[in-house]
Amino acid sequence: MIPFEYHRASSVDDAVTAVADRPDAVFLAGGTNLVDHMKLGVVEPGLVVDVGHLPLTDVDHLDDGTLRVGAEVRNSDLAAHPVIRSRYPVLTRALLSGASGQLRNLATTAGNLLQRTRCVYFQDLTTSCNKRVPDTGCSAVGGYVRYHAILGSSPHCVAVHPSDMAVAMSALDARVVYVDSDGEHRMPLNDFHRLPGDTPDRDTNLPPGALITAVEIPPPPDGARSTYRKVRDRASYAFALSSVAAEIVVDAGTVTSARIALGGVAHKPWRAQRAEDSLRGQPATEDTFRGAADDEMAQAQPLEGNEFKVELTKRTIVATLVSLTGGDRR
Amino acid sequence: MESAHFTEISLRVDGKPHDLCVDNRTTLLDLLREHLAVTAPKKGCDHGQCGSCTVLINGRRATTCLGLAVAHDGAEIVTAAGLGDTDSLHPVAQAFVDHDGFQCGYCTPGQICSAVGMLDELKAGAPSHVTEDLETAPELNDAEIRERMSGNLCRCAAYPNILAAINEAAK
Repeated sequence: MIPFEYHRASSVDDAVTAVADRPDAVFLAGGTNLVDHMKLGVVEPGLVVDVGHLPLTDVDHLDDGTLRVGAEVRNSDLAAHPVIRSRYPVLTRALLSGASGQLRNLATTAGNLLQRTRCVYFQDLTTSCNKRVPDTGCSAVGGYVRYHAILGSSPHCVAVHPSDMAVAMSALDARVVYVDSDGEHRMPLNDFHRLPGDTPDRDTNLPPGALITAVEIPPPPDGARSTYRKVRDRASYAFALSSVAAEIVVDAGTVTSARIALGGVAHKPWRAQRAEDSLRGQPATEDTFRGAADDEMAQAQPLEGNEFKVELTKRTIVATLVSLTGGDRR
Repeated sequence: MESAHFTEISLRVDGKPHDLCVDNRTTLLDLLREHLAVTAPKKGCDHGQCGSCTVLINGRRATTCLGLAVAHDGAEIVTAAGLGDTDSLHPVAQAFVDHDGFQCGYCTPGQICSAVGMLDELKAGAPSHVTEDLETAPELNDAEIRERMSGNLCRCAAYPNILAAINEAAK
């Protein structure tokens, strides 16, 4: 680790001001990803601005039913929040399937969104990686790709976004609230993370120097049921091979609304719009779900070595929707 | 090295106050072990994967290898050594002894701090990945303990006895 300056931000404005004109600055919150990367040499900041003590730890109901989650709410606290548990079970389930108890006590809402890929080549300075150092090549292509993309990748990068929380927030159409020198802004979460294209070094569309202050989650539709299903190599404390965040509304046996996002399969939480379109207005049966999964995954482009994730993801979509609609049958 | 790369902090560790000037790069784990000679938390992976450096920070379990010491100015830290003393062990530590909840013992201070924090979380009604009904308070059972302790690895695989110890301590 190279020596760096440390500044504990006293306010949001102070934090934004501190990083202005300092391209070598980073924000520190829980540290569970950033400090690891500083040890590995993946990032070498000259200035660390600590935003982990800012009073952005509230979960508030806005007048229109939106839930506003402060950027520094710890993952464990968000998962255990009574409103999240009852109205957005998909989010509690997603949060609780990520990391471990002692990491969730540190990790923050904003930090979770901004965590970087766990691609082993990205984290290994002895290998080429276009995400770490642009235009140096991708070591994952032709390498170990069990945890890599099957959707939306490019020849420059096949890494996946590691978050579970963000997948649930994608399905819930959350908005990211951030502050920069021009004031407060909002961005749909589904526009926040990027596909790699030819600039995989950029994970998100957050402007340089901007600080996330909250995530806003609109109210779920009436009658919605939601959950998160994660498939991994261990029963606990492992990243997703594939995961599904799903919310569905069924009226008299017909799907009236469906929102689905996939994790562990793309450079961003993958909103499964084709599956959603194919479900709407159809009978809530396993055949319908299978058809929707097939429609979504028709666009999959697996790599040599992770072809199994296509069928795995389809089955996970079906199993998740069956569990939400099966009632007492299961 | 410039003075801008050092910061003065105050924190309490196992009840003792400390005023220090630390290199900003120092992790909380290295501060405890190398600067304060508090060696109960262990350095296993040093990347947040094994849990052997777990302590209680302001009452909540947390890894110390992924935290910067400067970010913990004002913190109250309790390590496994601060939970009790050899004449009167903390009930969780005593249960680990009674049930042989370890072999080499390297992961044990982290396991004990994690178990103490985990039982508090359970008491507060926090759900876990294996909790079926999110709207009621979870009940302690083997599946809940295993899931909630999954961030603490034991290479000796003393897991059955760790499970028995935590079940005992939770009574």
